[in-house]
Amino acid sequence: MEPITAPAIDLVSLAPVLVLSVFGIMVLVTDLFIGKDKSVLVFISLTGLLMGAISSLAKYNLPVHSFNGAYIVDHLSVFFTFIFCISSALAILVSVDFNKREGIKVGEYYSLILFCTVGMVLLASATDMIMIFLGIEIVSISLYVLAGIRRNDPKSNEAALKYFLLGAFATGFLLYGMTLLYGSTGSTKLVMIASAIRNGGVASEPLLLMGVVLLIIGLGFKVAAVPFHMWAPDVYQGAPTPVTAFMAVGPKAASLAAFYRIFSEAIPQLSPSWEILLCVVSVITMFVGNLGAIMQTNIKRLLAFSSVAHVGYLIIAIIAKNSLSSSALMFYMLTYAFMIFGTFGIVILLGRKGDENLEIENYSGLAYKHPVLALSMTIFLLSLGGLPPLAGFVAKFFVFSAALKEGFLILVIIAVLNSAVSLYYYLKVIVFMYMKDPVKEFDITLSPMTLFVIAISIFGTIQLGIFPDSIIALAQAN
Amino acid sequence: MDIEMEMVPLAHYLFLSATLFVIGVVGVLVRRNAIVVFMSIEIMLNAVNISLIAFDRYLSLHDGQIFSFMVMCVAAAEVSVGLAIIIALFRNKPTINLDEFNIMKS
Repeated sequence: MEPITAPAIDLVSLAPVLVLSVFGIMVLVTDLFIGKDKSVLVFISLTGLLMGAISSLAKYNLPVHSFNGAYIVDHLSVFFTFIFCISSALAILVSVDFNKREGIKVGEYYSLILFCTVGMVLLASATDMIMIFLGIEIVSISLYVLAGIRRNDPKSNEAALKYFLLGAFATGFLLYGMTLLYGSTGSTKLVMIASAIRNGGVASEPLLLMGVVLLIIGLGFKVAAVPFHMWAPDVYQGAPTPVTAFMAVGPKAASLAAFYRIFSEAIPQLSPSWEILLCVVSVITMFVGNLGAIMQTNIKRLLAFSSVAHVGYLIIAIIAKNSLSSSALMFYMLTYAFMIFGTFGIVILLGRKGDENLEIENYSGLAYKHPVLALSMTIFLLSLGGLPPLAGFVAKFFVFSAALKEGFLILVIIAVLNSAVSLYYYLKVIVFMYMKDPVKEFDITLSPMTLFVIAISIFGTIQLGIFPDSIIALAQAN
Repeated sequence: MDIEMEMVPLAHYLFLSATLFVIGVVGVLVRRNAIVVFMSIEIMLNAVNISLIAFDRYLSLHDGQIFSFMVMCVAAAEVSVGLAIIIALFRNKPTINLDEFNIMKS
């Protein structure tokens, strides 16, 4: 019998995961020894996120494979780790005043955000289906709790239940897809799956294709692509607003990164089979997202549908699967983080205890009372709609040019038409702010942390729109 | 050699697993009791475990066994979170009928 050799373990490549986990636990422990004031926890978690971002640079000479090819530190994963740390930090900053106002006094809130970030980092760096599964579950389970963190609010409860049931349902599909892929190729490692397909080592072609379809269903649920998006509006509306912003950016980016990795690294050979399927998913996602958003009167539901539409654009980057599209995906998610946190920051500012002012009507006349807030909201919404010279335009341009390079002309035309449609509902909010009379008094407390997030987001949205070169160069440096 | 001959073929296990999976899916879609829906999801996960182990046994692989352990761990974690959510829900509104949770509508 052969002696079992211990596998080489390279903990340095796991640095951001370890740092974030340690800080997450530290938040939990510190929470035991402090009173009602949770400011210390905010400080610890922000430090943790900063350290996590720095520690992701621990490896140079990328890509570095570790843990027997189950984990990779490459350009994509490092860039995404930065996006995750930025978005989680913004989420924590935007929560501080909201939590005080709404009386969310649990310290677990911050540690859950950190643990969720751990899952996201794992997800973006995993090259083994077992790891991808674990990453998705760490992210999802943290989010189920975060969505229901207001235990006494029936809306929050309902959001958590819906998210949980549909998320677990999707996990089943995802797992079955992974199992079929594993059974037909004999490996859970993405590279080995690709080589098995290339060298004709596939045991059963139909099982493999069924696995791919199930994977699309499972991942489609996680990123809220149509027809698996029905949870999104309810969960986005019911969850506490900072959590909504958080789950619209980080976890979505992480799932898309894993989506991209699976489809471009494990099964690119099968692209004739899945390309058309993803094209259909992408087109109906854009249409349902945009048309659904037009009919909404609640700003959180509107943003939920708009985020569904954005997933439609992002799937185009997955379909294109060239080097340009991976950098387009990174750039898009970074700009999306700024736009979303800016928009939700303003949504949070407009609310007050007991009355969150979430109807679009409540925005009437905002421009007369608070011109700066209205102007910021306008910038974010126009950027989401993809108007130059804002960041949203550059991001969309980038994704579409990646697809054009691969010859998906019709898909790009549909996407451009859709982003024109999307302007309708973004402009609707702007029209309310600038051209209608106020329906009631605004009672806005300008909380410093939330304003800080809005300021950062405006800076990001304009900076990435007018001078995107340096970040694009970073995203493209392969 | 005899044992090899008498072994149940792989396809049977896969068929069993697919059947269980479909039972789970139908259960989630048809039943309205949150706990029963929850159980159906567990059936789906265990259906996956059956195929993982069957693939391992018949193709002489090992990764699937580890995978199935991970699935079980995650399922346990999910159960604890899920039941906690259902209890929190029940405290505010004493029902677990999913049709009654519809306060958010467009």
